[in-house]
Amino acid sequence: MTTRSTTVVPRPGDPSITPALVAEHGLTPEEYARLVAMLGREPTFTELGIVSALWNEHCSYKHSRPLLRTLPTTAPYVLQGPGENAGVIAVGDGLAVAFKIESHNHPSAVEPYQGAATGVGGILRDVFTMGARPIATLDSLRFGSLDSARVRYLFAGVVRGVGDYGNCVGIPTVAGEVVFDPAYTGNPLVNAMCVGVMREDELIRARAEGIGNPIIAVGARTGRDGIHGASFASEDLSAASDAKRPRVQVGDPFTEKLLLEASLELIRSGHIVAIQDMGAAGLTSSSAEMAARGDVGVTIDVTRVPVREVGMTPYEILLSESQERMLVVARRGREDDVRAILEKWDLTAAVVGEVIAEPVYRVTEGDRVVAEFPGSRLVTDCPTYTPAAREDPAIRAARERDVSTVPPKPEERDPAWTLETLLASPTIASKAWVTRQYDTSVRTSTVVGPGAGDAAVVRLRGSHRALGLKTDGNGRYAYLDPRTGGRIAVAEAARNVACVGARPMAITNCLNFGNPTRPEVYHQLREVIAGIGEACRALGTPVTGGNVSLYNESPSGSVYPTPVIGMVGLVETLDHVTRSAFPADAAAAIVLLGSPTAELGGSEYLAHIHALVAGAPPACDLARERGVIDALLSAIRAGVVRSAHDASDGGLAVALAECCIGDREHMVGAAVDLSAWETLPLRALLFGEAQGRVLVATSEPAAVIQAARERGVPARQIGTTDPGGRDLRISVGTTHVRARLDRLADRYYGAIPRIMAGSPAIIRAQEEPTAAGSLV
Amino acid sequence: MRFGIVSFPGSNCDTDAYHAVADALGEEAVMLWHKSHDLAGVDVVILPGGFAYGDYLRAGAIARFSPIMREVVAYAQRGGRVLAICNGFQIACEAGLLPGAFVRNVSQSFICEPVPLRVETTETAFTNAYARGQVVRIPIAHGEGRYVASPAELDALEDAERVVFRYVNAAGEPTADGNPNGAARNIAGIINAAGNVLGIMPHPERAVDATVGGVDGLALFESLVARVAA
Repeated sequence: MTTRSTTVVPRPGDPSITPALVAEHGLTPEEYARLVAMLGREPTFTELGIVSALWNEHCSYKHSRPLLRTLPTTAPYVLQGPGENAGVIAVGDGLAVAFKIESHNHPSAVEPYQGAATGVGGILRDVFTMGARPIATLDSLRFGSLDSARVRYLFAGVVRGVGDYGNCVGIPTVAGEVVFDPAYTGNPLVNAMCVGVMREDELIRARAEGIGNPIIAVGARTGRDGIHGASFASEDLSAASDAKRPRVQVGDPFTEKLLLEASLELIRSGHIVAIQDMGAAGLTSSSAEMAARGDVGVTIDVTRVPVREVGMTPYEILLSESQERMLVVARRGREDDVRAILEKWDLTAAVVGEVIAEPVYRVTEGDRVVAEFPGSRLVTDCPTYTPAAREDPAIRAARERDVSTVPPKPEERDPAWTLETLLASPTIASKAWVTRQYDTSVRTSTVVGPGAGDAAVVRLRGSHRALGLKTDGNGRYAYLDPRTGGRIAVAEAARNVACVGARPMAITNCLNFGNPTRPEVYHQLREVIAGIGEACRALGTPVTGGNVSLYNESPSGSVYPTPVIGMVGLVETLDHVTRSAFPADAAAAIVLLGSPTAELGGSEYLAHIHALVAGAPPACDLARERGVIDALLSAIRAGVVRSAHDASDGGLAVALAECCIGDREHMVGAAVDLSAWETLPLRALLFGEAQGRVLVATSEPAAVIQAARERGVPARQIGTTDPGGRDLRISVGTTHVRARLDRLADRYYGAIPRIMAGSPAIIRAQEEPTAAGSLV
Repeated sequence: MRFGIVSFPGSNCDTDAYHAVADALGEEAVMLWHKSHDLAGVDVVILPGGFAYGDYLRAGAIARFSPIMREVVAYAQRGGRVLAICNGFQIACEAGLLPGAFVRNVSQSFICEPVPLRVETTETAFTNAYARGQVVRIPIAHGEGRYVASPAELDALEDAERVVFRYVNAAGEPTADGNPNGAARNIAGIINAAGNVLGIMPHPERAVDATVGGVDGLALFESLVARVAA
């Protein structure tokens, strides 16, 4: 493989290039003209396939890149920002944390089990190719209403797929969220985040370098599965999507586990200079991206790639998305050392190409050149778009609707009914049905697992520190007001991480939107990213990478614009770890940081009780958010906080109930007086979702209140806990609400198991009261 | 005292076992590679949890053919102590070190949660630091944890007091509601007739540190140290 001038001629048997074939590959006529201009000739079929894979939305971010550039990406502790397989931050004691979130929405919509499983596999590889050992995964899931049998099938399949993959590899799934809303009926969202840890000096980047260095394919063999998966992920879902099931890859977590161990051993060995997952668009994107980052040429011979079946064409080998494969650039002369490590792990390694001085990206089939692109232009020349943006007037009207006049249901005369009903909303209810299927304790480092705190806490071995981890993102807020929705996604994730005692450090984001060529969708994308940027700057949490998933549309319409924020926080010492349930050992004062408002728009209350998605979502005052986080962390460090829980979905009453019943084996009663806000509408006070609020249980309320006031945050003691109590009692002036803990717990813990068992007696306010025992 | 922990391809609780022995117990721990024939002079062999060879066939069915298993079986036949945890328990059954087999949980899904177990006998090298009838809390994490055996085998286990741990409810009784996976007679752990091979489906190595899951598993490791030292 030496430098030589080459000619590229169509390969015998390949289809000839026609406008129809170009369109089938997802290229617009303008993009095709751009390709022809770059090459100075017509492309071959193989070249068309390569460009189709690299210029689709999933790989190129062509509709989002100009917007993403506006996000803050730096801090003194950021070791690697966007552009690599994962972001990396320093966390002290010489340790670094790599983390990234990614979507697998389209595959999961047609094949939930494998779609979700391979989503987990891909994000694990993104993290361990940075040199980090994965220590935790998180999953952010969105589904339609569980009333639909198809949605229950998708939900069960996705959960099982996430669990089986992570469980087998042995990475605990420690946190995440699951939200149910009809907006996701035809197009569920499956976002997976992985977090890994390494020593700072073990960081490796996916940058090809060193002329003459061999390029080695390692791991599983290449088959015909998943060809054009990345292109599939860049179009709307339709009735024809099921026919594309073969584009969904099949996961093999056992091989992944071997690949993980082999890759980390390779990286530590010093025999290699770069490593990248052959993920979306497979061999094509991994080789082209590594070459572009290193500003070098590469040549790949497809006949040297280990394949699963004979007769695969260059096109198929280049575009296969067979899972559990890596592309490695080794140091010249170390090929046998690399092979020995792979053999130890019963994996194969094959030299498939070479780093060359000539600035080309070249693919050969033996002696025949089947594709050649000048320099790194294959990656860098991808067009970017800034389409027209316009808010959908219908959404604007929904936001501007006065929701305070929505007539209450007769049952709401007893707010305990409303509270119980909200706790049974699948979005709010306990997700133990889900998390019980995940191995949450393998690696024996999960200090706070699912349901026990507002975020997960995972300790760092060899250190007194730990990580606080959370994903968050309210699509309903972003739908009604994308700017505010973007802000809240970050603020809530930061607040949650602070509630477990962690200082918010940095985020990874997954942006799930509809078709960006529609002005209404592009408007949402632009505004959400602007909101995320504002919040990240205000809270000091730069963006270190992420993923954009567009075209989340089905015949029933676009999903809510759903930004999912994966937040990493740092717990300085395990003494600071804080859980969300009220402590059961002694009575404590309950202090509310922040204050209720009359806001009711965009709430779970309106959605679940009134089937109404309207009103302005709660305002997000970023200075207040920062003050609340600082006050809370100050009080935690002072040792005066017994529990902390943010008031978000379902509002203050739901948050109080969750604190009471959060530890089901040690439920704690509480008596609360909210008369200070008697002038607010009762339902906004109890169920409105005003931001910037945290419920703190403390033995020293004065100290907590003082910490808040020093930062300009209102704070007030609103009640006391009662460890022996059996009720949550809330007084507002002359109104007295009494909710029995056993009933609240039954609704909260029983809701999802009952639905998934097909059992009757699910409380659903949207439905007419029916005869006893009827099925819902 | 030296513990040897076998790493099969797909083992994923081997490092947890290592930390339990080296950090929580303070004893020597060495890793034993599945392709090796050398048990490194260890006093106890741990077959750890995970998904050896992916468990795509029956759990443990391939791992029993690993080179190291020939040595482990011979070592056990000489009276060497073997602690087989979760996937290790499945492998031990496949290798004939323990009777019975495992099938999918009754729920058909993977289950991970801390569960109460009752210590049925303290007359073993693995449980002498517990009290008889003591209820301990130890995590389970398995999809195929439902122990099955023929009625005759089960009776033989019971008669010889070889059922060492049983799943129980909150009141400490081995009832159906206290049985997370449908195991025959609520069996969570058994010992071989010679008393040197213990299989336990829950994960005692995940319960040796108060920071992450309690310390109820520690006494199992301490029992071994006490017995070998004695």
